[in-house]
Amino acid sequence: MTSLTEKRAPRTQPETRKIRGKVHLREHLMGWLFVGPFGVVFLAFLIAPLAYALYLSLFQKKLIGGTSFVLFDNYVKAFTDPSFLSGAWFVIRFSLVSIPLQIIIALALALILDSVTTVFARFSRLMIFLPYAIPTVIGAVMWGFLYSRGFGPLTDIFGLFGATAPDFLGSDLIFYGLLNVVTWQWAGYYMIILYAALQGVDPTLYEAARMDGAGRWQIATRIKIPLIAPALILILVFSLIGTLQFFNEPQILRYLAAGTIGSDFTPNMYAYQQAFSLANFNYGSAISFALGGIVFICVYAFLFFTRKRRSFL
Amino acid sequence: MKRRRILATVAMLAAGSGLVACSSDDGGSDASNCTNTITKQNVPVVTMWGWYPNTQLVVDNFNKQHDDVQVCWTNVGQGGDEYDKFQTAISAGTGAPDVIMVEADRIPTFQIQGALVDIKQYGFDAVKANYSEGAWKDVSVGDQVYGVPVDGGPVAMIYRKDIFDKYKITPPKTWAEYEQAAQKVKDAGGPLFGDLGANVPALTMALQIQKGASPFTHDPAQPKAIGVKLNDQASKDVLDYWGGLAKKGLVGTQNQFTPEYISGVINGNYATYISAAWAPGYLTGAGVGKGQDTGKFAVAPLPQWDPANPVQVNWGGSAFSVTKQAKKPELAAKVAYGLYADKESLTDGWTNQIIFPLNLTALKDPALVDLKVAFFNGQQANKEVYLPAADAYKGVAYAPFGQYYLDAMEKQVSEIIKGSVTGSQAADRLQEDVAKYAKEQGFTVQ
Repeated sequence: MTSLTEKRAPRTQPETRKIRGKVHLREHLMGWLFVGPFGVVFLAFLIAPLAYALYLSLFQKKLIGGTSFVLFDNYVKAFTDPSFLSGAWFVIRFSLVSIPLQIIIALALALILDSVTTVFARFSRLMIFLPYAIPTVIGAVMWGFLYSRGFGPLTDIFGLFGATAPDFLGSDLIFYGLLNVVTWQWAGYYMIILYAALQGVDPTLYEAARMDGAGRWQIATRIKIPLIAPALILILVFSLIGTLQFFNEPQILRYLAAGTIGSDFTPNMYAYQQAFSLANFNYGSAISFALGGIVFICVYAFLFFTRKRRSFL
Repeated sequence: MKRRRILATVAMLAAGSGLVACSSDDGGSDASNCTNTITKQNVPVVTMWGWYPNTQLVVDNFNKQHDDVQVCWTNVGQGGDEYDKFQTAISAGTGAPDVIMVEADRIPTFQIQGALVDIKQYGFDAVKANYSEGAWKDVSVGDQVYGVPVDGGPVAMIYRKDIFDKYKITPPKTWAEYEQAAQKVKDAGGPLFGDLGANVPALTMALQIQKGASPFTHDPAQPKAIGVKLNDQASKDVLDYWGGLAKKGLVGTQNQFTPEYISGVINGNYATYISAAWAPGYLTGAGVGKGQDTGKFAVAPLPQWDPANPVQVNWGGSAFSVTKQAKKPELAAKVAYGLYADKESLTDGWTNQIIFPLNLTALKDPALVDLKVAFFNGQQANKEVYLPAADAYKGVAYAPFGQYYLDAMEKQVSEIIKGSVTGSQAADRLQEDVAKYAKEQGFTVQ
């Protein structure tokens, strides 16, 4: 800044300030112009609905007596509501198992496909990714049929060995039934992200490592994985957010799973039931916000513990 | 990321018949979204939601016979799916159709929210004589009438004649005999005798009422006060009975109306199917009773607790109601009165066992009385079973928060199926749950 004033010495100080102010203003306007369209959409479709939902969550509507302002009563109710708490506990448990499983599978597949460069690798990549291209709803319906003991293939397969097919839609195994569906659907997608990250690694590093005597395993664990750590963290956050909001698969399988999956199976389903079948938009909003709080805390905690790594956030 | 998928699902679920995303979505008051084709132009159009299997025919019949009004029909899903959408439209204040198909047990739920029109003012007297007093009672709240009855659901015991013959069983007349027969079939290595489905709470409620339960007492003149009695001895007995059957492995625990259950019925995995008069229509629609199954089904009256004092109950049965959002309620009422009231539509309904009509002209039609029902291999099912059951049905008072009650019931029946509670415990929990909800909703619970 000093050089600027030196070069245009004849100008008086107030004049300079004025020009500088104009430039600033123009830059500001340009900036806002670029951000504007996004800002409008962001406000209209994210902030406004959120604010409205927050507003709704502070009221209570009764069949008898109408609507009244209750401040945080709905939140107090949510955190003492066994339906909400058991649903939240389920998704937390589910996250703890499903996320590591998905990431390990995705990472292993990405590393394997990165070291193999044949046509077979390209074909495999497509096939592994394919489940993600199938709409969740259709995937869930398909698995519902595969799990079916009445007419699914399991009964026949287990029948060959004289055994009874496990009931993946029953209350004992539904956890694993859903785990399988989610992993099947998402591992391929995460694999592609990790694979793309691996492609961005400079191959000369591998050469250097090989010259230093590193084997394939060492290259994978010492070079590749540390270098794609940001991508790993990215997919971890994605899957954490997604799993805590678990909705589609259980909602679809609900019709096939005999009483195993209730309307309060996950917090998201519970909010949906409250809002759309019981017309309790107020409590539904409160549950959604409470869930949002849990997601925020979990993601924040995760990022806090991984903050030393290079992170995308 | 996943949120996008969630939105897509919600949109899809909202789009109508759940898994098979159908053509028209919001039904609403937009006449361009009809499932049926309206041929007469420049005539006022009344929108309608409904899910009877033969609605297309019924609507076409109505439109053919009327030059002053045309019906635009949308199927937004069966049962709960439709109610969810209607509920959302009520809350939004827009998006509801003019006329809606509603099961009798849901009418008070929508009425208490002020979502339905009292149709007594629109030509009620002209059609009053077409239905029995009991039929009108089921669609009324107090003195006001909130729907035009279409069909009822007298409950009976559908059974597999081939299985009964094979294990040498005669249709049980009491629930005690039902259990004995179930045991006998099981001991002989036969199939399950029936099914305890968590997702049919309205049937469970009907079976409790048969034993003498009266879950709700609600006087619309004093809307604030409600009697909730879900854990009396009769209610407990029925849940204990079915829970016991399931625990002993005598009956299955599949959700009904699912592919799993229907395939079970087709494969002869169940000897009996306790259901309403409209059930055969849904079964044939799903392919049951055709091909190899032809002629294997028969029907007998519902088993009784006390054969000296038989009680008949009803499951489902529906009506056409006019919504508060109808722009021309009088015209909408005309449609509600006229739909499924002409001879051709009614005849199609009862010959195919899609509906059990409540229209007296149909009920008294000798053709219906003496009909040899193909599904039941020529058995005169109406004369022998369904008509006596419908005649003896006395009607019940339904809850003004039917959706919550039935959801809560479904949850407790699921617990019974899992084996985590007994029937009695489930009844106590249900009482606690529903009474708490009623209080939260501003009622005083007695």
